[in-house]
Amino acid sequence: MTAQTVTRSEENAPISKVLVIGAGIAGMQAALDVANAGYSVLLVDRLPSIGGHMAQLSETFPTLDCAQCILTPRTVEVGHHDNIQLMTYSEVESVEGKLGNFRVVVRRDPAYVDWDVCTGCGACTEKCPKRVISAQFEVSMGRRKAIYTLSPQAVPNKPVIDVGNCIWFQRGKCRVCEKVCPTGAINYDQEAYTLEERVGAIIVATGYDLYPVVNLGEYGGDQVPDVIDGLAFERLLSSSGPTAGKVRRPSDGKEPKEVVFVQCAGSRDPELHMPYCSKICCMYTAKHAMLYKHRVHDGQAYVFYIDIRSAGKRYEEFVQRAMEEDDTLYLRGKVSKIFRDGDKTVVWGTDTLIGQNIEIAADLVVLATAMVPRLEGKLVAQMLDLPTDENGWILPAEDNIQPVETRWPGIFLAGAASGPKDIPETVAQASGAAGKVLSLFARWGREQEREGQLQTSPEAERLAYA
Amino acid sequence: MKIPYFPGCTLSTTARGFDNAVRASAMTLGVELVELPEWNCCGATFPLLVDNAIDLIGPAEVLYKASQEGQQLATACTTCYNVVKRTNRTLKEDGDMLDKVNYFLEHDSDYEGSVEVLDVVQILRDEVGWDEVREAVKKPLDGLKVAAYYGCMVVRPPDEVAYDDPDDPTSLDDMLSALGGQRVAWPHKTECCGAYLAVKSPEVTREMSYAVLSSAIRNGAELIVANCPLCQFNLDRQQQTMSQRYAGYEPIPVLYYAQLLGLALGLDGSGYDLDKTTVDARPLLGRVGLL
Repeated sequence: MTAQTVTRSEENAPISKVLVIGAGIAGMQAALDVANAGYSVLLVDRLPSIGGHMAQLSETFPTLDCAQCILTPRTVEVGHHDNIQLMTYSEVESVEGKLGNFRVVVRRDPAYVDWDVCTGCGACTEKCPKRVISAQFEVSMGRRKAIYTLSPQAVPNKPVIDVGNCIWFQRGKCRVCEKVCPTGAINYDQEAYTLEERVGAIIVATGYDLYPVVNLGEYGGDQVPDVIDGLAFERLLSSSGPTAGKVRRPSDGKEPKEVVFVQCAGSRDPELHMPYCSKICCMYTAKHAMLYKHRVHDGQAYVFYIDIRSAGKRYEEFVQRAMEEDDTLYLRGKVSKIFRDGDKTVVWGTDTLIGQNIEIAADLVVLATAMVPRLEGKLVAQMLDLPTDENGWILPAEDNIQPVETRWPGIFLAGAASGPKDIPETVAQASGAAGKVLSLFARWGREQEREGQLQTSPEAERLAYA
Repeated sequence: MKIPYFPGCTLSTTARGFDNAVRASAMTLGVELVELPEWNCCGATFPLLVDNAIDLIGPAEVLYKASQEGQQLATACTTCYNVVKRTNRTLKEDGDMLDKVNYFLEHDSDYEGSVEVLDVVQILRDEVGWDEVREAVKKPLDGLKVAAYYGCMVVRPPDEVAYDDPDDPTSLDDMLSALGGQRVAWPHKTECCGAYLAVKSPEVTREMSYAVLSSAIRNGAELIVANCPLCQFNLDRQQQTMSQRYAGYEPIPVLYYAQLLGLALGLDGSGYDLDKTTVDARPLLGRVGLL
């Protein structure tokens, strides 16, 4: 690998500032590590607020910590950190340059709300007459307004207007949010703007998405209302979610008494879908089954699995607990077909341990759909000229011993952008990427200090501590 | 348009009515199915042996004959479709196998894998179009609830034979809609009828066919249409004994899609063998004015 050094002249001094792309748990962790060491961070996220997928989760395995409770202190810290320049609702448009001196252009989309003036009181959202299904954050399990924040705990807690659903933008009437805003923050004429920044290093933390259910024709292809994916079930379980933590199925709002969980939905299926193991599904399915039982005591959870991959500290014990303490019925076999029959959702599967086909007339089916790279992640990879594997995951410089480095010095990877990872692994990797960045910054600082001592110019001294 | 047509053994014997109906309907819609001058059995199962050259000779001969007549080959029997289509793919992809088969075929010229194998339903969908079919209808089905049964042969294996969504095919449903029928949503449209197990383990086929039939009935079907002679045979014939085995079982007629298509196009159905089924569809067809 190329040595991570740069030649330096007065105008070409390396910049001890990092761009972090993506503000999920990976990007936040990396940003905090760098910022807490005293260096500047530019943290960019496409969504209006930070937290990524973790903000959607109910509880985390294997401790059953409330996800929101362990996440919120971090989102708040990121939001208030003096060294973190946070740009949400923004996307990186271009990157030029190399290690020590990248020129990046970030586009900030119009929120149609002046966030400098907005106090986050929520009056606009409350009075907005337009209610739409929240496909993104609530995974269609709940609704939001046309002017909205992703969640009550959003950081920044400032709303954006969804132009496609806003009555004013679509039909030229309404302006209710403008009327009720006590600080006059609504600005329908706001435009996107771009910002140019210079940074010395980049951390890519673009994360993952779930494989769309519509691609799983054998499981109803998103046409069966009571077949949902894992993130949708997280929203049903979440106490701050659309059902306030009560398990209610989408079709008629009834409490499901029999729930079938299907592992490897789209994973480990080279013929039709993704060939790889998505790594987190065995664990979160066990968690789902457990949490379901904690909420619906007379309910029965079934899990179809190929095999259980619970490699991790206290992971196997966690799965055993789901089986033994919460009576989850684990069936070893794949599900061949899911369809609706009356108000039931029928699951055809097989139990390979007894060699019999099984039919379950379920009330709700939860698919543990495969983790796939985000489209935005692939675009970022293209922009940075980072190679991806055949499934779109960004390739590290070396899979075994350089998991956070990339082919380009100064560009690092954190979290699921490079492949399926659970939260502990993501956080560890994010800190690893931050450590790599910090070691660069520390060296540049030392080198500048040394040069400064040689030249003893006040300008060089200032640079050394910049 | 004219397309070389391979009827196969079943459509020349027990499924004569299907053959008559499909040729007459296609002709009315502007597609002339021209029977290959000489043809032989396709083999009726696609061989899965690694060294399967000898079993590919039959279907390869059909393909060779077709290549002498044109660039495409139409089949109506979906078993023939499945076998010939997969053979063609094997020959196209495996040069050694193609050489070996050509050696055995002993023709003056070699088969080159050039023919495109098409199911008649696919031709009607892509070459004629359901809108055209809708306009040609003389006797609409009048909201008749028809369950379209696709079976296995046109959907599995998907990458080798499917010309429709293998999990939720709709071509026959689209045809039925064009004819003025009401489509039936049912989960068993691509489940197996039991196929050849009718010979070795009739009770297995009976159960599998019962699952298909009862699902169609439960979902409101008044009639089932099939595209495969073996499916039609199993689903129809198994009903002889079903009411004795399954209490309260009410038989449901099972026809070929082409028979319904021909009647809806106002053609004379006297050659369609409507009197040869176990469960007589004629009272139902009379009720909606098709007969």
